[in-house]
Amino acid sequence: MTLAAYSTSTGEAFQFWVLGTVAVLGALGTILMRRAVHSALCLAGTMIVLAVFYLANGAYFLGIVQIIVYTGAIMMLFLFVVMLVGVTAADSLKETIKGQRWLAALCGVGFGVLLLAGIANASLKQFDGLSDANAQGNVQGLAALIFTKYVFAFEITGALLITAAVGAMVLTHRERTERPRTQRELSEQRVREGKHVPPLPAPGVYARHNAVDVAGLLPDGTPSELTVNKTLRARGQIRDVSSKALNDLKALEQRSAERLDRPEEASK
Amino acid sequence: MNPVNYLYLAALLFTIGAIGVLIRRNAIIVFMCIELMLNACNLTFVAFSRMHGNLDGQIIAFFTMVVAAAEVVVGLAIIVSLFRTRHSASVDDASLMKL
Repeated sequence: MTLAAYSTSTGEAFQFWVLGTVAVLGALGTILMRRAVHSALCLAGTMIVLAVFYLANGAYFLGIVQIIVYTGAIMMLFLFVVMLVGVTAADSLKETIKGQRWLAALCGVGFGVLLLAGIANASLKQFDGLSDANAQGNVQGLAALIFTKYVFAFEITGALLITAAVGAMVLTHRERTERPRTQRELSEQRVREGKHVPPLPAPGVYARHNAVDVAGLLPDGTPSELTVNKTLRARGQIRDVSSKALNDLKALEQRSAERLDRPEEASK
Repeated sequence: MNPVNYLYLAALLFTIGAIGVLIRRNAIIVFMCIELMLNACNLTFVAFSRMHGNLDGQIIAFFTMVVAAAEVVVGLAIIVSLFRTRHSASVDDASLMKL
């Protein structure tokens, strides 16, 4: 039986067009966002949308696995590494090879056109649907295939996972080659160098801003970067309130002037 | 709607991932783009599985997920060790073939 005019339900079409837009926007956000954290969150959104598409295509097991493994484990691993590594890793926008970005985008678009044209030219007339294959249940059907036809590949997968786990441990493990310095040695070193002998100055201004990202002000009113944590300095997340204090003072003077002026005006 | 649209969407996502690999300098984001391409391939497999009416495509997508998980673990470990030696996650800085 040929089903030349096979098509999905209207509900699925609506779902496809709405969520497909979300998926493409998420993918574009992944490659266009400047900070790695934002890219990771956009990619997580795209992956959740893909999980919904798997469910819509009758791949119930894969849809759940996609959410658990990809958005649950892999993206969280990405976020973990971004927090570990990417604190200072805002991407530089400077091109190292001249014109590389435009050439790369052009090549990518050409590749996409070839891919889409290939699909458009293919004769995809046969649409069977998964109702027969999923008759015993999707998980049961997958299990029957995995443990019969694909059992060798499945066992190789176990070896691959063990190799990956051992490889990750070997790559990230680091032997300490020198003894960590004690507190006494650190303090003696500070005295020897004669730089910052007392503890570093605390952040915060005028007992009004005690947040850690507010730099303390020097006597001349300029913010002192030394008072802010090194990580926040590297991220460029220092909040400068030096001008705010002066503006507050100006507003206060204006208010007091108005209040002092008013009785004079009333007496006149 | 024709189910072939899923294939078009997967091709689009794959292309976006490929462009990302080419234009980004941050190793972590390049890695995320590779994940995006793998996911696009998975969507193709699942859509073909539905068109042909058997579950082999879903099995292959399942194996792709396993390989992607292993790849992410090793790749992120490499990025962490690169960052330890060079204090940068940029692919431009990793121009020498040694850690």
